[in-house]
Amino acid sequence: MSAEAQIRNYILENYLFTDDQSALDSGDSFLDKGILDSTGILEVIYFLEDEFSIKVEDTEMVPENLDSVNNIVAFIGRKSQ
Amino acid sequence: MQSFSERYEAEVLNFDREQAAQHICETMRELLRSKLRKRGLVVAVSGGIDSSVSAALAVRAIGPKKCFFMQLPEVDSAEDTQSRSSQLIQHLGVESTQHNIASTLEAIGCYDARDEAIKKTFPEYTDGWKNKIVIKGGIDGQVNHFMLVVQDPSGNLQEKRLDLREYLQIVAATNYKQRIRKTIEYYHADRLNYAVVGTPNRLEYDQGFFVKNGDGSADVKPIAHLYKTQVYALAKHLGLPDSICDAIPTTDTYSLPQGQDEFYFALPYQEMDKALWAHNHGATAHELAEMLGISEDQAKFVKQDIDNKRKTTHYLHAKPYLIDPITELDL
Repeated sequence: MSAEAQIRNYILENYLFTDDQSALDSGDSFLDKGILDSTGILEVIYFLEDEFSIKVEDTEMVPENLDSVNNIVAFIGRKSQ
Repeated sequence: MQSFSERYEAEVLNFDREQAAQHICETMRELLRSKLRKRGLVVAVSGGIDSSVSAALAVRAIGPKKCFFMQLPEVDSAEDTQSRSSQLIQHLGVESTQHNIASTLEAIGCYDARDEAIKKTFPEYTDGWKNKIVIKGGIDGQVNHFMLVVQDPSGNLQEKRLDLREYLQIVAATNYKQRIRKTIEYYHADRLNYAVVGTPNRLEYDQGFFVKNGDGSADVKPIAHLYKTQVYALAKHLGLPDSICDAIPTTDTYSLPQGQDEFYFALPYQEMDKALWAHNHGATAHELAEMLGISEDQAKFVKQDIDNKRKTTHYLHAKPYLIDPITELDL
């Protein structure tokens, strides 16, 4: 499964309670759309560190890295380079 | 046109203290009479500014004989809070009780659950060490996250970022403190047929800095509309002892001294008051930056943080949601 699919499924399953892929656009802002709050973002970080074996540094905990599926995919891509 | 700083000074700092006190007292009497139908008020007094001012207003509203105060310390309560709350009780001449909740907290597993989570971050943590949680991120545009600070008996401090599970467990465990206190407050309220006074100021109420079914639970919240700066001003106006008027606000929940701005708010309360007021009155990031003497980026992050906290904590204010409304209860 691609990183994008893994992240999308995690959000759909845990925060939107659906498997309907149309419920989430990969560009949707989690915070602006009310999908996640700040505790939810911390849970996503926990998921990413566990699932992708990365360490998210304090300075990397910004919306540009974490606030949408697309942002996370790009962030993980940069981290694994 | 007046600047935001000038308007803040006129509307918030120079508010009419006597009129504010009268308005609160009249409203409390009216609520007791027409909505609550209770014959008195109970207040848990911590020695902090908010509960002291709320207690003094309760006494002014209905007299000392219709009030009942409680001191509810536990092992992590700071030493000076006890003496300040005793001073307040004596000053206001109200009947009171003291109930140390440490044994209840121990029996329910509060301290064990907290220490288990701390030890996952600092395995060497043991009896005699102290701890606190510190928030990071808000003013730097980062997602709010939390650091655990511990101090060994020799005074050495260490700090590490908390993993989410440990953070949630520490907060969940320490929330027992507020919830046990509220259980005792309602015991006394029930036995006396009194109502319970909640003591949040506007910053705490607006930004969700309270525990649901803990300190957030009450029948009336007399200072929830007042900025913290105004609560301090009211304390002086009501003639409370200097030790209370000058008390530095802390959470009094963790064993290391912890300011509210360290745990929850992006800025110290004086600045947070200004930020919240300015944000409520439509100030731009540029105007807020000018008012607080911070960068425009930081001001933007503070405004975002205020909105995020409102969203994140909205459920704390909400009544339980029903599937279908029961309109017969809309009295």
